[in-house]
Amino acid sequence: MAFMFVNQLPPGPYWGILAEFATPADLYHACERVRDSGFTRWDAHTPFPVHGLEKAMGIRRSPLPWIVLVAGLTGAAGGFGLQWWVHASAYPLVISGKPYFSWPAFIPITFELGVLFAAFGAVLGMLGLNRLPMHHHPLFRSKHFERVTDDAFFISIESWDPRFDPSATGKLLESLGARTVELLES
Amino acid sequence: MTSEPDRVALRPEQATIPPGHSWNRIPAIGAACAVLGGIVCAILGAANPKQFFFSWLVSFLFFLSLALGALFFVLFQYACQGGWGIVVRRIGETVFATVPVMAALFVPLLFGLQDLYPWSVPGAAEHDALLRWKAPFLNVPFFLIRAAIYFGCWSFLTLLYYRLSRGQDVTGDPAVSARLRKFAGPAIIVLALTQTFASIDWIVSLTPHWYSTMFGVYFFAGSFVGFIALLSVVAAAMRGAGLLETVITPEHLQDLGKFLFAFSAFWAYIGFSQFFLIWYANLPEESFWFRARLEGSWEFVSLLLMAGHFGVPFFYLMGRAVKRRGWTLAVGGMWLLAMHFVDIYWQVMPTLHPEGVRPSVLDVAAFVAVGGCFVAAAGWLMRRQALVPLRDPRLAESLAFENV
Repeated sequence: MAFMFVNQLPPGPYWGILAEFATPADLYHACERVRDSGFTRWDAHTPFPVHGLEKAMGIRRSPLPWIVLVAGLTGAAGGFGLQWWVHASAYPLVISGKPYFSWPAFIPITFELGVLFAAFGAVLGMLGLNRLPMHHHPLFRSKHFERVTDDAFFISIESWDPRFDPSATGKLLESLGARTVELLES
Repeated sequence: MTSEPDRVALRPEQATIPPGHSWNRIPAIGAACAVLGGIVCAILGAANPKQFFFSWLVSFLFFLSLALGALFFVLFQYACQGGWGIVVRRIGETVFATVPVMAALFVPLLFGLQDLYPWSVPGAAEHDALLRWKAPFLNVPFFLIRAAIYFGCWSFLTLLYYRLSRGQDVTGDPAVSARLRKFAGPAIIVLALTQTFASIDWIVSLTPHWYSTMFGVYFFAGSFVGFIALLSVVAAAMRGAGLLETVITPEHLQDLGKFLFAFSAFWAYIGFSQFFLIWYANLPEESFWFRARLEGSWEFVSLLLMAGHFGVPFFYLMGRAVKRRGWTLAVGGMWLLAMHFVDIYWQVMPTLHPEGVRPSVLDVAAFVAVGGCFVAAAGWLMRRQALVPLRDPRLAESLAFENV
């Protein structure tokens, strides 16, 4: 199915650059400097959530809540509208002496569809915004990167960042205290 | 158990009302309101005792529900070892410490039992099979015994939690927190049972033929929304008045806003479920209660509750920025406090005025009198104590709290 998001690889010989840091504190301060240097296409990778890292990275707030809101309201409106159409127009039946359009009877399904669609919006929206599922990623070529789920902390800067320069960016990361710096091919 | 060297997270002078601060006048203002309201109640109530007792019941239930909501808030913070809320816990403790005052404010109602509760009129059960069947429960002596049990349980719990928490300010003993945590689980069960039965005794039995197995939860939901609304307003007002400015941060306000949002939705869920089952089954012994509230001007109040207690706050409190600013959160809190009052008014008053909404000066006077006592008691305690549990072992965690 073609609806899944395709990861776009930057053009050129390099995918980007990967730097490994020893501690969350090192990573945190390095992120602040990378942010202040004006990089935009980069990411940090840690084995566990580091509180406040999103501020150190200068990440803007996610648009996900709006996706959830729109999806939830769509579900609720759809659930209510469907019942309205079915009960009052398509198949009007008298049920326990109540009017065809008995809105209280529609609320449980309206509520449930609202919740269901909001949950779909949250999960699928998260996957979409993260470009997931993605079956391979150039970062996985790095041997060092295997420790990202264990005890190492990484910054990756992609080559399509306007400020990216294979040697200057590497030197910057080294000056920030990186343990290893690695250039990854695309 | 050795306690580690005391790390002072907060100096006492950072967490008390300084001398000469305008908040020192709160008890006097509350007391003046109580006296004024009491005088108006006495004068007008003598002419119209039935209206007085209903008005007093509404205001009594409103402020009592805030105190019980506060008790639940503090108990579950202990039970689940919540860290973020320590900085606002003392406000809750102060609010529930007014329970003995509420017990005194319950006494005037005892003089109007026959005006309020049809089952208490002598001979009421003679020609009423249902009342006869319910008489073993709904009779005056047992009603009084139950009220004594409720207030006994609540006073015991509130004094226990208030005094031990205050004592910890002095001793810094971490074992106090552990003991109160162990006790919190059973205490929640006691609170749930007493609050459920009290709501049935004092609200449902106004119409003794009515059945609703959901009413206790409904009353609880309203009381918790009411208290969180009050807490939001007080926390924002404190920051506005220069108290605890660096202690209660936008992070705490945001969490209060989340509670407000979640529990106004919970109230709606419970309230609708109660209505829905009764409306759907359409059994006369259940549906008459809602019918009275869907006729005449009461229908407007029912719609106001749906929109105002749920719809408007749901969208207003959804955003992040609204919850993190003091004044916007306080607006939401004031709004939901007002709606909580309307909710209790809507539960009680249609019994007195089935013909439609009939606001009375006594409604206002009783609110001012009961509210004055409540505010005076809470304000008096606030002057005498630190506004934060100074030496709670988790205070530092709460001070540093950040939403992820």
